[in-house]
Amino acid sequence: MSELNNRIDRCFAKLRSEGRKALVTYIVAGDGGLENTVDLMHQLVASGSDLIELGVPFSDPMAEGPVIQKGHERALEQKASLRKCMELLKEFRSQDDETPVILMGYANPIEKMGAEAFADALKEAGGDGALTVDLPAEEAGPLNNLLQARDLRNIFLLTPTTSDARIAEITRLASGFVYYVSLKGVTGAGHLDLDSVRDNLARIRRHTDLPLCVGFGIKDGASAKAVSADGDGAVVGSVLVSAVGEAADGAAAKDRIGGIVAEMRAALDA
Amino acid sequence: MSKPSSPIDFGAYPDARGHFGEFGGRFVSETLISALDELQEMYQRLKDDADFQAAFDYDLAHYVGRPSPLYLAERLTESAGGAKIWLKREDLNHTGAHKVNNTVGQALLAKHSGKKRVIAETGAGQHGVATATVAARLGLKCAVYMGAEDVKRQSPNVYRMKLLGAEVIPVESGSKTLKDAMNEAMRDWVTNVDDTFYIIGTVAGPHPYPQLVRDFNSIIGREARRQSLEQFGQLPDALVACVGGGSNAIGLFHPFLGDESVKMYGVEAGGDGVETGRHAAPLNDGVPGVLHGNRTYLMEDDDGQIIETHSVSAGLDYPGVGPEHAWLRDIGRVDYVAINDDEALNAFRKLTRTEGIIPALESSHAVAYGVKLAATMKPDQNIVVNLSGRGDKDIFTVAAIDGIEV
Repeated sequence: MSELNNRIDRCFAKLRSEGRKALVTYIVAGDGGLENTVDLMHQLVASGSDLIELGVPFSDPMAEGPVIQKGHERALEQKASLRKCMELLKEFRSQDDETPVILMGYANPIEKMGAEAFADALKEAGGDGALTVDLPAEEAGPLNNLLQARDLRNIFLLTPTTSDARIAEITRLASGFVYYVSLKGVTGAGHLDLDSVRDNLARIRRHTDLPLCVGFGIKDGASAKAVSADGDGAVVGSVLVSAVGEAADGAAAKDRIGGIVAEMRAALDA
Repeated sequence: MSKPSSPIDFGAYPDARGHFGEFGGRFVSETLISALDELQEMYQRLKDDADFQAAFDYDLAHYVGRPSPLYLAERLTESAGGAKIWLKREDLNHTGAHKVNNTVGQALLAKHSGKKRVIAETGAGQHGVATATVAARLGLKCAVYMGAEDVKRQSPNVYRMKLLGAEVIPVESGSKTLKDAMNEAMRDWVTNVDDTFYIIGTVAGPHPYPQLVRDFNSIIGREARRQSLEQFGQLPDALVACVGGGSNAIGLFHPFLGDESVKMYGVEAGGDGVETGRHAAPLNDGVPGVLHGNRTYLMEDDDGQIIETHSVSAGLDYPGVGPEHAWLRDIGRVDYVAINDDEALNAFRKLTRTEGIIPALESSHAVAYGVKLAATMKPDQNIVVNLSGRGDKDIFTVAAIDGIEV
């Protein structure tokens, strides 16, 4: 089956067979020092992360809250870039050939590189998919085709405001998994409504068999456990970016994100 | 791209997906799509609705004070030594700039939407003031995002917004100017999308904003067209307007786009000079990219990061431009030129002294180019320069440059 050539598909197939939920973790490439990013990625995996979303820093991250926005600013001060992300990914791959990695960012750096060059570079670096926050279904066609042609996955966001007709359209384009944004707001917002998450996951489930992961507003093991009860996994970002931002150095950042991820892993597996 | 051989139906743009050629579109996070769909649906329904248009026309006449005059600037013309320079006096509108045309229109949409809160982003503060004004009039809550840098350099407008009851939120991220204010307004909208109407101030942003802001500002060009025929018996030979996001320019240009004899010039902020890199002239020195919900010309670095802009005019200090302008540039319908800070400042002083009109620094860019252009044309030719706003807000900036304590 060709789809299992992709690490994301393999990962979810394995998790499903084990009856476990996915823990998807997000950090910003270059945040906390370019030299520490790969170490932090390995730490995420060692502490129990199943998939990594590597944030591609952008000068104008419109959909991010203040915590991740600051992470992007710190990373840009370190001269992080989309090209740099590809290098870091390659370096990560030299020691880990199993953990799926998704590049998550905004359309403009991809536009600048060129969609085809981006897809080629992502494949070559050992990436498994992309999530482009400001590339909704209407505009995603060309990039989607380029990614699919390379057996790379394109992760789309669905939100509480997405209509049924759009869910049908987006899930038709989507691959890998679907990222359900649990609330109206930016990353790091704190007003999680579990009833709404449950209802919307059920609504999405009628349209697709793709794994459904829930992100935004997940702070700890309890919230990770709660949102993934009706889905296939939880995505956590702001608390990790906050921890990296507050850490005195690379070693401290590793410790802190390791602790957070391990706590979430334990809650999800309990 | 070369000029197309068959005439373009400019009224047919944007297309159903909000595209002007390869520009425009909707590049936002999924949360906002339903709000944009709702806005588009409402606007499509209302734009040809007689009652809605009547309400808009009534407000423009009785609240804004339209039509604004088309004024022959005789002493300015004389000093330029060439074509006649006519000023379209958007500075005489209520609140002092063209921005109010659009906010009156969007306020009517907000009223129809039933939402109780409006938000806006602003650079020089003119759009913020116009939004705070219509919000006060309709009894809506209002929050205005403004770059912290612009809060400093445009203090008169900050105070006006506060007087009008708006909350002014200084934005400390990024370059602390208009683009960062727009990011922050988008974040607010994503979070409060159920009860908040976002009044975008320029012809940028995701579809349908570039279209509806253009349509509301096209009153400028429709009037200028009629006034030209009445006052000098023919269409103008050239139109000149400044371009930051480009709302006053598109408002003037759009009703003339099909008139091939009318040349058009959009004037970008050349800052220290386009060649120095310190400017805000993406159509002169930018590349196509995606920012703030649309594909357009942008100022960015080799990694696709948006770079800091520079202009003496806070209202033009924006690294992007409306997508329709990007398209008009590429099809060759409008020429986009740049005027540097010092040229704009000279025009500011010149118009003030020759005509007794203190122009906004934004508009001063258009005046500067209008004067240059007039000198290359004949006395029986006519140029319409859009005087997009008045310069009261800028006197502190100019005084500081001149070393005068106000």
